[in-house]
Amino acid sequence: MIELYVLLGLMIAGAVIAVEVKNLLSAVVAVGVVGLGLSVVFLLLKAPDVALTQLVVEIAAVILLIRATLHRDIASKFLGNRPFGAFVAFIFLVLTTYAGVLIFKSGMPPFGEPLMAVSRFYPLNALEGTGAMNVVTSVILDYRAYDTLGEATVLFTAVVGVLTVMRKMGRKKDLQENDE
Amino acid sequence: MSKERERGMSVIVKTVTRLTVGLILLYGVYVVLHGHITPGGGFAGGVIIALSFINLDLAFGKRVSSGILSKEGTGVIEAMGALLFLALALIGMKYGIFFKNFMHPDGEPGELVSAGIIPLENIAIALKVGAGLFGIFLTLIAAQKFEAEKK
Amino acid sequence: MNAYMPYVLCLVLFCIGIFAILSKKNIIKIILGIIIAEYAVNLFLVMVAYKAGGRAAIFSPNRGEILPEVMVDPLPHALVLTSIVIGLATTAFMIALAIRLYGKYGTFDITRMRELRG
Repeated sequence: MIELYVLLGLMIAGAVIAVEVKNLLSAVVAVGVVGLGLSVVFLLLKAPDVALTQLVVEIAAVILLIRATLHRDIASKFLGNRPFGAFVAFIFLVLTTYAGVLIFKSGMPPFGEPLMAVSRFYPLNALEGTGAMNVVTSVILDYRAYDTLGEATVLFTAVVGVLTVMRKMGRKKDLQENDE
Repeated sequence: MSKERERGMSVIVKTVTRLTVGLILLYGVYVVLHGHITPGGGFAGGVIIALSFINLDLAFGKRVSSGILSKEGTGVIEAMGALLFLALALIGMKYGIFFKNFMHPDGEPGELVSAGIIPLENIAIALKVGAGLFGIFLTLIAAQKFEAEKK
Repeated sequence: MNAYMPYVLCLVLFCIGIFAILSKKNIIKIILGIIIAEYAVNLFLVMVAYKAGGRAAIFSPNRGEILPEVMVDPLPHALVLTSIVIGLATTAFMIALAIRLYGKYGTFDITRMRELRG
């Protein structure tokens, strides 16, 4: 499992660079490195569906982020930190680490030995129950299709939200009324 | 920026895009249709289809891609995908429960026509995700010119 | 402690994202922090599902080659699959808000966005 640790180290290094570098375009590219490393980690953890989706979604997210930050002269302006926010973040990190140690000590199953008390049902019955070879697809679209319906609702709401925030019609009229 | 948006990128990018964008679209359709047999499915396939349209938009400029699919068209297709998904769920009510797989024993597992309504649901989700993502992309691109005017 | 080492690295990644959210002034950096924290949560869910020496949760066309007993847990994969697409949509929404705030205030600095301007 040494390749898993190498990829996780690469992801952590990419995340630190993305947070701390001054140029915004470099930060976006570093987040792209983190996402592509995450895709390969998913492939190593035997999740090919999630790896494929993560790969294409990462490319789309990097395109959107680059279009948001490119062609502006503010991309290289460094804005600095909030000192109080950094203090709160430090306290939060200490508490999170303490909680993580407590969770690890209190009988969480170790890496590589899942519990699978409930989900043992799905690999045993999915092929006869739905006829789909891909167990993940049968879970998404048959056993737990309500989740997918909720996901479709959230996606629709996000698209409507983007269209509403970015609308042109009605904006200028409001501004003129405020000026008057 | 605006000139690039109108006319597209250089001739090298245009030639490579003309050769590859059809293959990208075809791969997206393959991933959607084989979602119940191989890795993939509606989510990944829909995003790949949207990426092929985004590639066309970035390489050839606004006029070519809006001739194929406008922003209003993406809204209509997204709503159609959502309605198709909901209609499949509602037809299951006739056979007993919501999201009942009413076409289930219809083929040998492993073939393209199998697994009941799962391929149809995959197509519905692909329409929804792909059209939604392309609509978001067109909206965010169109906003840049508006902001430059205002500044 | 070696058995929990991937979980610890995942926790480190999550903490980097939280630090970026809480301590940065630039709104694009905050969005990047949210994206990194979301990646860490997805990675944790898939790590919980991993079984040592397991196979991917897909059957082979000739029956009996891949047994259901050696498959990894498919349920967190399904949840993460929907979570990734929702994450993309919310990221696009946050970018739209950031662009609109830039158009109104002329900066990405969130400490200067409280000042009312025209």
